Amino acid sequence: MTAWLYHLNALVLGLFILTAIAMVVTRQISACLQVFILQSLLLAASAFLLGGSPWSWHLFALGCVTIASKAILIPWILRSMIPAEVYVRRELSQSVQVPAALVAAFGLLLVGYALGIPLNAAAHSLSPANVSLGIAGLLIGLLLLVVRREAVPQILGILGMENGAFLAGIAIAPDFPLIAELAIAFDVPVLAFIVAVLARAVYQKTGSTEVGSLSALRELI
Amino acid sequence: MVIMAWLILALPVVAALVLAAPRSERIGAKVTIACAVVSFALSIAVMLSVQGGGRLVLVPHWFEIDPLSALLLLLVTFVSSTAAIYSSGSIGKSQGTVRTRLYYANFNLFVFSMLSIPLIIELGLVWIAVELTTLLSVLLVSFAGTGEALEAAWKYMLLTLIGATTAVLGVLILFWALQSAGSADFTWSGLRDAAHGMPAILVRIAFVLILVGYGTKVGLVPLHAWLPDAHSQAPSPVCALLSGVETTVVLYVLLRLRGVFLDVPSTHVQTWFAVSGLLSVGVAVLLILQTQDFKRMFAFSTVEHMGIVLTAASFATPLGDAAAVWQILAHAVTKSFCFYAAGSTLLVTGTRSIAEVSGLIGKSKRASAALLLGALAISGAPPFAVFLSELAILRAGLLSGHYVVIGLLATFIAMGFFGVLFHVVNMTCGRPKVDHLPRLPLPLACSVTLAIAAVPVVLLGVWIPPSLLRLLLQAAAVSGG
Repeated sequence: MTAWLYHLNALVLGLFILTAIAMVVTRQISACLQVFILQSLLLAASAFLLGGSPWSWHLFALGCVTIASKAILIPWILRSMIPAEVYVRRELSQSVQVPAALVAAFGLLLVGYALGIPLNAAAHSLSPANVSLGIAGLLIGLLLLVVRREAVPQILGILGMENGAFLAGIAIAPDFPLIAELAIAFDVPVLAFIVAVLARAVYQKTGSTEVGSLSALRELI
Repeated sequence: MVIMAWLILALPVVAALVLAAPRSERIGAKVTIACAVVSFALSIAVMLSVQGGGRLVLVPHWFEIDPLSALLLLLVTFVSSTAAIYSSGSIGKSQGTVRTRLYYANFNLFVFSMLSIPLIIELGLVWIAVELTTLLSVLLVSFAGTGEALEAAWKYMLLTLIGATTAVLGVLILFWALQSAGSADFTWSGLRDAAHGMPAILVRIAFVLILVGYGTKVGLVPLHAWLPDAHSQAPSPVCALLSGVETTVVLYVLLRLRGVFLDVPSTHVQTWFAVSGLLSVGVAVLLILQTQDFKRMFAFSTVEHMGIVLTAASFATPLGDAAAVWQILAHAVTKSFCFYAAGSTLLVTGTRSIAEVSGLIGKSKRASAALLLGALAISGAPPFAVFLSELAILRAGLLSGHYVVIGLLATFIAMGFFGVLFHVVNMTCGRPKVDHLPRLPLPLACSVTLAIAAVPVVLLGVWIPPSLLRLLLQAAAVSGG
């Protein structure tokens, strides 16, 4: 990998992790979705940069599929199937306040770095930073899922976790047979469709998509 | 034979495509039952061809059938056959024709996703198949459309997708480790051959990530929170599929993984399996004791049995493996029967509450008899199959010197036995507490399902067909790596 590609990739990674944190602290749902689109574009950009020299068809295809699926198809499915009223809402009933969530996100960033060090020491990858920040992205996606109660941000948390996993994946397993393309091109749109069907059913039943407040099913102890 | 194996996978897809077309409401149940029964017959043929320990290669490096996967095919097709027959009785006209049609289409797709897991030997595709089992069953769980069903479906989807995403990082790291060892054959056998050359830290982290990820789907404590909700709110035939075989096919993946890493000392596979297995059994038994909903009780019993299989697999002896495989078979047939019995009770009384059902024997002899039979069989009373497999597990543990594990396991199993029977005896023979409990008729298809599903439950404890026994022993040998 040439030096300028390497530095450009580092810039992309930095922006990627900023979008992950931005998703945690953005309260308006449509803004959260837009940040997710940006994050997916950054994932694709990193795939293009890593696959640029030496040229890799595999990573190029992965980048293209990511853009088509996560930046275009999924937002379209979520927008067209879930009522527009949901997207303009500002979520005020987060279970953790924004400053606390921000501190937690920075903590997870450090955890990602700490986990990345022994992994990168054990084997060669295209870009060690992708491994650390991918793991951090996955953990911050999990945080988003925990602090939000609305259906759409929760699912964006899952998709953000997946973006993190693949950010590491493009560096450590660039020749991975088929799975990444198939998963992103096929599984993820199915996921978005099913989420949208379910969220719409919840909306029709309760008048909102605040799935975090559903708590009829629990044990006594 | 290869064509037959492909047909097993193709039939549910064909059925789903037929049923996705409009105006196919009337044939929904018939097409589904026909496809499921034919698949079951084909699975028997496939099983007979590999029972001696042979392998059936469909596509080299991608699709293959060995005795262990043949056993799984047999279980999935058997339970999907009975679940299809039961559906024809319980998913009725009251739900609306379009919803019924979509139910059957979705049912077939879900069965397809479960059948694909044992056929695939490439780990990347296995991951996609595991994720598909979640995605294709979420809308079946929410089928009833009530607030509780939607809540259960949402929790199920969210938690198992977190698991799947955790697992995908594990799978990617595992591939990284494989390439570092100079190989690119990402199959079960390819991994086993390269296991010793992989960087230990990568293997260890990948193993833990995959165990946590797929463990969520199996319902291992503390990742089980979604399971009792989904496995109790779904329509009963779907519960039978979820509890009887969906958990089992993912557990199968963990068993394969164990075979790969058993020889790599730094991964501590045995310790991980023993601790998570025992924790699941112990917590599930306590939850069984306090539950007030009989479908949830059987769901907790699934967590218990998954833990028992994992504990048996942690011994890593030929005897332990044989007992684990035997337990998988016994659990799948018995638990699906239990959910048909529970579903019939729900149909007859209209309630899931253990207390309200009290005195069921005065209302429905069939449902009571089925509940009692199911409870005795699943809790491990002689002379049923679960009793034999649990006895074999205890024996395997004692012979390999795991005295503490066996002490705990035996205690938990005994507590689970009393917990399940206490509830079910109260439900069937207790004094009626609610006077005006409705008394609805049990559809014929449901009675027929109970009769068919009871056959292996009763039979396998006293007699096992020689070819099935050979298959079990070969499957145990395969799972040992």
